[in-house]
Amino acid sequence: MTASEVVISCRNVWKVFGDYPDRLRLTPDTTMDELRATSHIAAVRNVSLDIRRGEMLVVMGLSGSGKSTLVRCLARLLDITSGTVEVEGRDIGKLTEPQLIELRRKKMGMVFQSFGLLPHRTALENVAFPLEMRGQDRASRIARAREVLELVGLKGREGYFPRELSGGQQQRVGIARSLAVEPDIWFLDEPFSALDPLIRREMQDEFLRLKGMLAKTIVFITHDFDEALRLADRIAIMKDGAVEQIDTPDRIVMAPATPYVAKFTESIDRARVIHAGALALPVDGRPVEGDPLPAGETLHALARRIVGDSRVLIPLSTQGRISGLLDRKAALDLLLGPAT
Amino acid sequence: MMTATLPPPPLRLDQKRIALAFLLAALVLVIFRPALPAGLIRLPEGLILPFADWINATFAFARDELGLMTVTRAFSDMVEACLDVTANLLYGKSRWPYVGPIPWAVIAATAGMAGYALGGARLALLAGGTFVWIAVMGQWKWAMETLSVIVVAVPFSVVFGLLMGTLAWRSRLAERILNPILNIAQSLPHFAYMIPVVVFIGVGPKAGAIVTIIFSVPPMIRMTLLGLRGVSPEIIESGKMSGTTRLQLMTRVRLPAARTEILIGVNQVIMQSLAMVVLASFIGMPGLGQKLLQLLQALKIGLSVEIGITIVLLAIVLDRMSKAWAVKQPEHATGPWLYRHRLLLIWLGLVALGFVLAWVHPYFSEVGRKQALSMAEPVDAAVGVLIEMISPVTDWLRWFLITWVLIPLRDAFLWLPTTAVLLALAGIGWRVGGLRSALVCLAFALPIALSGWWDRAMITVYTVFVSVALALILGVPLGLLGAVNEARSRRFLLVCDTFQTFPSFIYLIPVIMLFGVNDVAVIAAVVVFATVPIVRYTIEGLRGIPPEIVESAQMSGASPMQLLRHVKLPLAVPTLVVGANQSIMFSLFMVIIAAFIGTQDLGQEMQRALSSTDVGKGLVLGFAVAFMGLLADHLLLKWAHGRGVALRSS
Repeated sequence: MTASEVVISCRNVWKVFGDYPDRLRLTPDTTMDELRATSHIAAVRNVSLDIRRGEMLVVMGLSGSGKSTLVRCLARLLDITSGTVEVEGRDIGKLTEPQLIELRRKKMGMVFQSFGLLPHRTALENVAFPLEMRGQDRASRIARAREVLELVGLKGREGYFPRELSGGQQQRVGIARSLAVEPDIWFLDEPFSALDPLIRREMQDEFLRLKGMLAKTIVFITHDFDEALRLADRIAIMKDGAVEQIDTPDRIVMAPATPYVAKFTESIDRARVIHAGALALPVDGRPVEGDPLPAGETLHALARRIVGDSRVLIPLSTQGRISGLLDRKAALDLLLGPAT
Repeated sequence: MMTATLPPPPLRLDQKRIALAFLLAALVLVIFRPALPAGLIRLPEGLILPFADWINATFAFARDELGLMTVTRAFSDMVEACLDVTANLLYGKSRWPYVGPIPWAVIAATAGMAGYALGGARLALLAGGTFVWIAVMGQWKWAMETLSVIVVAVPFSVVFGLLMGTLAWRSRLAERILNPILNIAQSLPHFAYMIPVVVFIGVGPKAGAIVTIIFSVPPMIRMTLLGLRGVSPEIIESGKMSGTTRLQLMTRVRLPAARTEILIGVNQVIMQSLAMVVLASFIGMPGLGQKLLQLLQALKIGLSVEIGITIVLLAIVLDRMSKAWAVKQPEHATGPWLYRHRLLLIWLGLVALGFVLAWVHPYFSEVGRKQALSMAEPVDAAVGVLIEMISPVTDWLRWFLITWVLIPLRDAFLWLPTTAVLLALAGIGWRVGGLRSALVCLAFALPIALSGWWDRAMITVYTVFVSVALALILGVPLGLLGAVNEARSRRFLLVCDTFQTFPSFIYLIPVIMLFGVNDVAVIAAVVVFATVPIVRYTIEGLRGIPPEIVESAQMSGASPMQLLRHVKLPLAVPTLVVGANQSIMFSLFMVIIAAFIGTQDLGQEMQRALSSTDVGKGLVLGFAVAFMGLLADHLLLKWAHGRGVALRSS
């Protein structure tokens, strides 16, 4: 993942709502109170982040934390107040309308929380809609729409109207639509929040399957921490419009940057999140005894074997090579709580 | 014990005091009326402004100098070309395309099929049956004259409404300009629209069509704006992310997503058109309205009941069909081509059958005068018997109302000094909404005083006052009765809905039948018309009370009467006031229409302005009526809103 190409890059992005946001002078130190005094509200506050090709970034936060606004800034559904957003090196704030439309027609796909399906079109016509907009001929766009609908498991439902489909099925249509143009960048704005828990789980699995099949740069918004941990390569945690921490799930859990992040991770079963590799100590010439454990598994998955093991330092392997040593006591502390 | 902090008082004390001061001043003027100088009782002649002359000058300028006449001519020619086509198709007027008239059997079958497609067998029966009734009763030509205008006017109105609604949606400025215009336009009585049309277009079907178009545009504008505003932001964003251009976003995302509101707008356009087309008989529009007008003037009750039934049936059919269209949700179709297009095929079959029948026997093409059925005679006989039976009651009622209620009240309203009324209005305005509302009240009331039509306006006010009071006395108990349980309130609301679709003109038939042509008949017609919204809003107000509140009162041991008095009625009052407001609007419209029975109010003057095609006078009178309506509207809605907010926050 290192050194790969940056696809989306935000620098000091602000999105301020109010009467005259353009007249404000925004610096990294501008506080919410200063803005509030002029009856402005900052939905996104001085956000800088990079998203690399093929990476899945999950933006996490409570409702009102600005995560949905941030993703809308990345897609330029909203014009930002200050800062820059670059997509593949082009400042999207400077694109003309035709260029922006072109970008969306070729590169971007988005999935919405309440699906945003067109009620007067069938599932098939909804999926074909972006293709229709870019002027693709009828036969080929219908063929492509059928193909994508089949991919999301909706074969046989092509002629149904959105209101005739269940929530999960509607979101499958939404996902299919966003994939129809084969975008490189995929925005998902709380795609599973409107679904009930069982369907949500099923859709997450479905999503992981799709993600495995398609190499895409993904920005995924959620307010569900478990969902974030389950899906993310990296997580950005937002509060009051600012990014509190952006890091891998293990690091977020093990080394929260702020008290807010720490509070978030408190109730999490850490053993289910932290991978053995995250606890690895360097070998540094210490003896390596016996069979190694896989570093890429969570402690929870390895629990039985760690408990049954008698070694003080258990070797870990990554792709068949010894990558480090796991301190058994530290692992047990994480699994069972510190010894009293 | 909880320590209670008092909420801030809902009214500032000074607001109450100022209002009281105004009201006291008004009272003083009333008490000392005999001693007042004439200039305070009625505004002195010198203050009366010649609004009518100004308007006439403006119109003359627009017509002669600006060449507005050419524009209106061009537009009316276009409308006329369309009218010729529908007139030829529907009743065989000899104009291009010279193919009509379409046999009634074909049209009835088409209506039936449309009804089936939109709302199933019952609607099919209603729609088909209506047209069979029209044909069999020998009213085909009149009904088609009416319909040929509606068929042309509705699409024009819808397109104008869509365009202007979109404009208002796109530009704040356009909305700001349009909004007050729409407010006034929707409270101008029908006749006020007719006079300028007569001046610019003349009389006849063309004028009828144009006045209908103008009259029915406002609701379409409002519904378009509402629909476009209401599209969920995610649908728009999903459209944008699909790479739509602005035009694509508008035509393929926004407008289709606003479909329901737009179609409800279409429904309102259709209903307004029907109401107007019937009334346009006053400016020489042929058809059902003209026939009804002639029959009513000749006091032929039986025949006018027949026409009345036709108009009512048409209104119900048009309303049900267009509403069914609005709420119809798309459904996926499966099966072979023949199955998916079965309705179309059946319709084509029925049309063919209709043409064959018409070819075999002329009866199915046109029902001749001799073959037409009529129920006028038995109706007349029955009405005669009925009148005989109840005339002691109606005569007494008429005598009682006229001598003891109407004349004294009218005299009292006329006796009031203008200045006292203005002060009282300002006081009430201040009480309800502070300085702003007081100014709004004066801004509406003062021009009426300045126009010189004060006495006529006071007669209109008195008629509306009496009618709405009677409507409340009748409507609230009916509403209470209707709100007893869910099933019954649904039935009551359906009846109210149906009554509200009838063109107002219809209400004159039964009252003329019962009371003859006089003041009481006018009041009766207005009362019937104005009771409907009261019943409806009483039911809605009572049904809208949260069940927890009712349950908690019941658990506190409230008896049904106590429950009604202390819980339900107070909570339903804001909704009821909204109903009263609509009732006032309806009354104003009806009073003006009822003028042709013979009244002495603004409506009567408006009829005179219409027959002498005096645009200035007609519009001044129209605005006077509109301002009265808007004044009541402002006060009642402001109060109901404030009260509703206060109830909800507590």
